[in-house]
Amino acid sequence: MTAMQIIFLLTAVVTLFSAFRVVTTPNMIHAALWLVTTLVGVAVLYVLLSASFLAVAQVVIYVGAIAILMMFVIMLTRREMRDHGPQIGKQWPWAAVLAVLFFGGVVWMVQSMSLAAAPAAEVPQTAIADLGKALVSPNGFVIPFEVASVLLLAALIGAVYVAWTRRHS
Amino acid sequence: MGILSQPIGVIAEWLRNLLLGWGLSQGLTTVLLYLLGGAVVAILVQTWVIFLIWYERKLIGRIQDRLGPNRVGPYGLLQPFADFIKIMTKEVIVPSGADKPLYFWGPILMDAGVLMLWAVIPLMPMVGMDLNVAALYTIAVGGFATLGILLSGWSSNNKFALVSAIRTVAQMVSYEVPTVLALLIPVLLAGTMSLHGIVEAQHVWYIVFAPLAFVIYFLASVAENGRSPFDLMEAESEIVAGFHIEYSGMVFAIFYVADFLHAFTIGALAAVLFLGGWRGPGAESFPLLGFVYLWIKAFAVYFVGVWVRGTVPRVRVDQLMNFSWKFLTPVALILLVLTAVLDHFVFGLGAWARALSHLLMNVVVAVAVLRYLEHHEKVRASRRQMVAQPGQYPVARPPRPAVAENPTEAAS
Repeated sequence: MTAMQIIFLLTAVVTLFSAFRVVTTPNMIHAALWLVTTLVGVAVLYVLLSASFLAVAQVVIYVGAIAILMMFVIMLTRREMRDHGPQIGKQWPWAAVLAVLFFGGVVWMVQSMSLAAAPAAEVPQTAIADLGKALVSPNGFVIPFEVASVLLLAALIGAVYVAWTRRHS
Repeated sequence: MGILSQPIGVIAEWLRNLLLGWGLSQGLTTVLLYLLGGAVVAILVQTWVIFLIWYERKLIGRIQDRLGPNRVGPYGLLQPFADFIKIMTKEVIVPSGADKPLYFWGPILMDAGVLMLWAVIPLMPMVGMDLNVAALYTIAVGGFATLGILLSGWSSNNKFALVSAIRTVAQMVSYEVPTVLALLIPVLLAGTMSLHGIVEAQHVWYIVFAPLAFVIYFLASVAENGRSPFDLMEAESEIVAGFHIEYSGMVFAIFYVADFLHAFTIGALAAVLFLGGWRGPGAESFPLLGFVYLWIKAFAVYFVGVWVRGTVPRVRVDQLMNFSWKFLTPVALILLVLTAVLDHFVFGLGAWARALSHLLMNVVVAVAVLRYLEHHEKVRASRRQMVAQPGQYPVARPPRPAVAENPTEAAS
């Protein structure tokens, strides 16, 4: 077993355990933090696959933004951090069926790809430059990129409008 | 490959051969060397804080016309050690009702957020992790520090700590925007996000290219660090403390170390991005010299930070938010767009011609911003005058009731 495999296994165990704790812990803040641990674990997996930009973006978005936002929302809206109700809802059989189906689908997909035979490809040094060019080139993803930008701008203006207090009303 | 031209490389090679000689596999040796390198950097920079604490206390003392620490050791140099022994002997008190694991994770995350920055700082030529997304990485790991503050404020089971943590996080998130925008300008000029690449591209320091971006980066970073004049969430001289109000002993010391180290790390990052990093005469052939240059530059920026801390009075909370959202962010945005457009035209010119045209653009923007601020202040002053004379105000604004105008009259 190589060192990379050991690191991968450790990361996978931590990620899976924290993902399990997200849904089992009764404390909301703890659940949010376990989610952060899970997402950082996924970022480490990206690093192991030499996808450094994806890993850093994962940390920027999920730890730097989403996690902080979730904690803010929980801290500002809930007086009681602990859930006292039952941990399992009425719909659990459907959720279980869906989860099993999804897991089976992923396993089937990975097996049908036969990745084990292919050697690991070298990640080019210009990967980020290529990504940047693809985002703005007309043959690439310029339209989805612009649509997303306009959507974000609209959300930004909407947030300012909602938070605006008129002085004389 | 001599010890002078590649000091760290030689040591790493020797260690690698030693470990391989013990029969370890190639992959495991690499991982062990990375772990060792990380540990050495983390321990060295945290030890460096001992000196920083003495230096800052001495400098603040001089600014305030005091002597500063001068009792323990020559020039009070051993004062931090005395403080350290004292803080070691103090009890670590966990408040009742605190969330104990999170209470201890808070300071750890905050320190980690600063220490992780040192992983990508190019200490000298060919030393330090050459990550091709390093500039983005410096923003990403800041998220851990923010999370640490939120955790320590919440888990202390103290409403003041929680309120302070939420306000501090709001401040940090706000000032992250101008930091990122200013950071993008060196990235744009160098054409790479790798900090090594940015240093190597600086034949002319980027402070010549973009002095405004440097100022914005420095101010926003100081505010993100929560130091004076932006320390209104802690205000150590007036109120007790901010989010770390419930911490004591060594656990508090971790916050203290993280704060000082962050201040110096800002200096190091600014030196790498704008002051040419390890660049200097003879740095290519003797990398240790490059390390000295980087340290001197980082120290110069740190010195300015302490100077500002000892000089400028604290801002109010509305000034704090306005300064970020209504001043730094728009200026950084305009600067970023103008830099991108200008660089498209002057990219082919020589380094100095390119630098001078960027400098000219920066001067024009600075003058325009100052003129606008002057104009803005005049308009506000004239409006204030108009409000003072009710009835003459041209817009349909109702005159204020007499009670509010003249409280003494209402009282009588």
